[in-house]
Amino acid sequence: MIGAGVTPIAHAPVDWYAIAPEIALFAAAILIVVLRSVARHDPKVHQASMLIAIAGVAASALFTGVQWAFVHSNGPYQAMSGLVAVDGFGVFVKSVILGATLLALLLSGGYLRREHLESPEYFALMLCSATGMMLMASANDLITIFLSLEILSIALYVLAAFDRRRLSSQEAGLKYFLLGSFSSAVFLYGIALVYGATGTTRLSGIAQFLAKIVLLHDGVLFVGLALLLVGLGFKVAAAPFHMWTPDVYQGAPTPVTAFMAAATKAAAFAAVLRIFVGAFRLYDVDWRPAVFGLAVLSLLVGSIAAVVQTDVKRMLAYQSISHAGYVLIGVQAATDKGTSAALFYVCTYAVMATGAFAIVMLVARRGDDRHELTDYRGLASARPVLAGLLTLFLLAQAGVPLTGGFVAKLSVFSAAIDVGQYWLALVGMLAAVIGAFVYLRIVLAMYAPPDDEAAPEGPRIVVDAGTGVALTIAAGAIVFLGVVPGIVLDFAHAATQLLAR
Amino acid sequence: MSALAYPDHITATYYLVLAAILFTIGAVGLLVRKNTLVMFMCIELMLNAANLTFVSFANALNDISGQVIVFFTLVVAAAEVAVGLAIIVAIFRRRQSVNADDVDLLKG
Amino acid sequence: MSARNLLDLAWVIPALPALGAVVLLLVGKRIGEPKAGWLATALMALSFVASVVAFFALRSLPPDARSNVSQGFTWIQAGTFRVNFRFLVDPLSSTMTLFVTGVGTLIHLYAVGYMHGDERFSRFFAYMNLFAASMLVLVLGSSFLLTFMGWEGVGLCSYLLISFWFERNSAAVAGKKAFITNRVGDFGFMLAMFLIFQKVGTLDYSALGALPKLPQSAVTAIALLLFLGAMGKSAQLPLHIWLPDAMEGPTPVSALIHAATMVTAGVFLLVRAHVFFDLSNHAGTVVAWVGAITALYAATVALAQNDIKRVLAYSTISQLGYMFLAVGVGAYSAAIFHMITHAFFKALLFLGAGSVIHGMHDEQDMRRMGGLRKYMPITAGTFIVGWLAIAGIFPFAGFWSKDEILAKAWVSHSYALWAVGAAGALITAFYMTRQVWLVFYGPERWRDDAGLVQGSGDAHEGDEVNVGGAHGGSAPHESPWTMYLPLVALALLSVAGGFIDLPFTNQKLNVLDRWLELPEPTTVSHFSTGLVLSTVALVLGVVGILVGVAVYRNGLRRDGTDPGVERLGGFAGVLQNAYYLDAGLARFVSGPVTAFARFLSDGVDRAGIDGAVNGIAAGARAGGGTLRRVQTGLVRNYALGIALGTVLLLLYVATRVSF
Repeated sequence: MIGAGVTPIAHAPVDWYAIAPEIALFAAAILIVVLRSVARHDPKVHQASMLIAIAGVAASALFTGVQWAFVHSNGPYQAMSGLVAVDGFGVFVKSVILGATLLALLLSGGYLRREHLESPEYFALMLCSATGMMLMASANDLITIFLSLEILSIALYVLAAFDRRRLSSQEAGLKYFLLGSFSSAVFLYGIALVYGATGTTRLSGIAQFLAKIVLLHDGVLFVGLALLLVGLGFKVAAAPFHMWTPDVYQGAPTPVTAFMAAATKAAAFAAVLRIFVGAFRLYDVDWRPAVFGLAVLSLLVGSIAAVVQTDVKRMLAYQSISHAGYVLIGVQAATDKGTSAALFYVCTYAVMATGAFAIVMLVARRGDDRHELTDYRGLASARPVLAGLLTLFLLAQAGVPLTGGFVAKLSVFSAAIDVGQYWLALVGMLAAVIGAFVYLRIVLAMYAPPDDEAAPEGPRIVVDAGTGVALTIAAGAIVFLGVVPGIVLDFAHAATQLLAR
Repeated sequence: MSALAYPDHITATYYLVLAAILFTIGAVGLLVRKNTLVMFMCIELMLNAANLTFVSFANALNDISGQVIVFFTLVVAAAEVAVGLAIIVAIFRRRQSVNADDVDLLKG
Repeated sequence: MSARNLLDLAWVIPALPALGAVVLLLVGKRIGEPKAGWLATALMALSFVASVVAFFALRSLPPDARSNVSQGFTWIQAGTFRVNFRFLVDPLSSTMTLFVTGVGTLIHLYAVGYMHGDERFSRFFAYMNLFAASMLVLVLGSSFLLTFMGWEGVGLCSYLLISFWFERNSAAVAGKKAFITNRVGDFGFMLAMFLIFQKVGTLDYSALGALPKLPQSAVTAIALLLFLGAMGKSAQLPLHIWLPDAMEGPTPVSALIHAATMVTAGVFLLVRAHVFFDLSNHAGTVVAWVGAITALYAATVALAQNDIKRVLAYSTISQLGYMFLAVGVGAYSAAIFHMITHAFFKALLFLGAGSVIHGMHDEQDMRRMGGLRKYMPITAGTFIVGWLAIAGIFPFAGFWSKDEILAKAWVSHSYALWAVGAAGALITAFYMTRQVWLVFYGPERWRDDAGLVQGSGDAHEGDEVNVGGAHGGSAPHESPWTMYLPLVALALLSVAGGFIDLPFTNQKLNVLDRWLELPEPTTVSHFSTGLVLSTVALVLGVVGILVGVAVYRNGLRRDGTDPGVERLGGFAGVLQNAYYLDAGLARFVSGPVTAFARFLSDGVDRAGIDGAVNGIAAGARAGGGTLRRVQTGLVRNYALGIALGTVLLLLYVATRVSF
């Protein structure tokens, strides 16, 4: 019996629907681990776990779809006493993450077999990481964001170092781990300071607090906000917090690189948008110049550094920094239009980055080490379809019309112009010109005749079924996004409108 | 900051300043030490500085949630230790060294 | 079916070649030679038929209603920003489609013969079709953005086609150069679009009719930025450097893209957006002068070139200069008129040159030619027609259009512009005569390879490709019918093309003028003034030819030197190297940059710095080199980077907070 005066502990109502997509992914991950421990050395486990992983993604997509239907008719809401938000914004980012996860899983199957790395844990880790990203997309609380950041990162540290035989993979893992946890610590300290200044970690609570009260001493809040920007800037690979990116992208197994580039960016940008454009919108006069600086630096550093590279994987890694800069242009606008432009960009980037890294993965062949520009010479005559696809993805990244990349760049630029940020748009265009030069180098190399005196022809490039499917999806998507972008743009627009505040 | 001059009782400010100092020590330690294990310990120090900040603010604000956060952070830190040590050990096996400056295969 | 219904089907015009491109890219290899070429040509011909139908449908409408925007779909919609995928058919775009598809068909036909035996035959036609489709989108687009799409598309095809023979290093380099130079221009176009969107609120051409009141500075800025775009695509000083090198592409490419159609896109753009030039006080003057100087500059450079295609390339730059001169003085329909006649005779000349190169087994140096009229009579005959047309001899097409431009310059009281243009016309007649005599008349220098003195020649001698090598054995031969049929057709057009716009306003013979209905400079056109001006122009042309014949009647001197070039003395070298503009630009751009690069490190790879393009690349490379050195690979340095970034952010925060 509960005595008088002792109130029973109130259980927060758990709205399982709100986190059903995440649960589906995580359940699949656990299932894989269980299966692995039950059937230890059965070679079929590897195959089975890939199927389980894909089924998990499908189930998660189903739940996400249900959420969208609900949000669309009933409007956004907050669940779990405000820890997570169920809204259109979250649904959009989750769709991107699920799509990127699916593509990465499809790429991984053949890759792991080629590198003799088959192990079910790989898929479990990828699903764990995706769970963290999904949670991040719907987080409405700084602590939820921190936890999901850690869930996604810890799994990624292991994935980056997954190729135990390759020193560069281990090095990538170590670097990512040390710098990632460093930035996480900074991020956490930032949360602590914001909590101290506002008395809450709920994003909606912070927004309400800031709307009601004007802080006389806002130093703690601002320092906290700056530290949050550092933590997230690290995850989205924005300069000057970008230095891990080329090394880790280059060293990590290529499907993991694709996953990191596509999905992690999407999740981290979701957090950036929720925190800055959502909770701290009132203070946009103060944070916009900082984001402006990050955007300009990312655009320039990413594209300029890529010029001197001869390693294609590294080039693409540097370019991913400048792509982060383009998304930051949308963030910096701090308007609904900017937000939906950023969302669209993230979506497009996920597709074109995954596609490009998929070809890089194939060209690298066994050992995952043929990334030099010279390895691409003659690709067009040897494998015209692969060369054509890579050309498509690179042109899309360069922003050529009729690809998604063009529409994406156009929408972030126009968001910037709308708020009078001509300079930012200008720098963006300059970066696009330099970027185009980099992509052109790769394309020209592919269409050049193969080097005669170069190392003897490597083994034949083998395209397995999963990679083939992934490439088809990515190519279709990038053209779709370029030719009829209206559907996704509308989705992004509606998603922004259905943002739980 | 008059409390600094006449420390008749310990205010939250003391804890916060201590936490900031710990955080800075951790950050600087990460930058100057070469041993990856020590670097990793510095990160732990930073996390704990953040924890101290949370607790102090929770106490000052009279709000329980700040203290609850600490538990989450501890769990996260533990998970990071597990993964981090595994990576460091894996590298140590190959290189027989935990010196961070030896790891520079990827650069440029 | 009413005329408007028909015009709504305008999308068919670009769709046909686009279809061809898709089919050929996918299954071109299986279709094989020559069917792939015929397919491409047939689709172009169909597209031409569609353009003709559209033209007549448009003509059946009353003059004030001759503008039809087809119902399309909304391509991009983001908030207030919306881009419609619609096609605009009006007299201007209809005229452009007619000549793009018409000339395009002939060049496709020609290429079937020219590209015979090339291992990537079908790929070539896929690109050509893709190019035509893009060009038609450019022309028919109903908004700046759609035009820009086509603009980028033709650019892309242009690089693909220039570097089509990428086995040659020079071809790949030329492709890159074209790419970068055009990017500079595109940059201007993009900025112009953003400004227009900001100030006008839409990118649709329909809005240009009723512009809101804009400040003079904005109008001029838009006009000049558009001109910057046009300069890149239409090779005006100083962004012309890519065009001569672009001659590395197969000859039909040079004819189609770098003479007849793509390079005129800049002129088209300015005419399309002429409102901004009408409203601006000074933009027109800038355009006219850049055009005039380019016209004179390129004509003089053409004097001393030895490569048969390079002469024509510089001649193209020069003729484009005339078109911009016309745009600058507000004579828009004169610009379009010259664009059309130029397309006829320049395509003719290029294809003729291609025929010569083909017949001479890939020889391009005019010093190794001579007396060819006996061996390739049809090529020679048609080439001579082209020569008379470009020299402005009555009654060939070039006479009417060039005369009209000069007359319009005169009546708008720009006498200095007129003088520059007239001087250019004189030089044009001279260098074209030189070309005709060196190639088709005089001794047959190709018989003795030793007759050539090396060294004093072309600056790009090293780049020149001589695939055929020894051709002493077999005599030159006439080309197959697929090649000379287009030549004949184009020759007829070069004779008669001028009659679409005769300068007799009272007899209503100025058909093109009245059809286009573009604004004209205030014409106080006295018939006598016109007559005098025409006579002067004609006399200049004749004088140029006579002098040319006098100098070159015996071809080269016996020792192989060029009698005309010799007379220029030290200046010849200047001309041969195009006033060292290319190299100078390289030095100008790359000088400070390399100094900077050396200051930063000596590890930067400077081996490739030999052109303006590489100068720009060096800038980025130097920056990249620095970044590369920062990227030490040491994890602690990266952490330091993050820490420094954090400190910077905190410093910024310190300026914001109130303690």
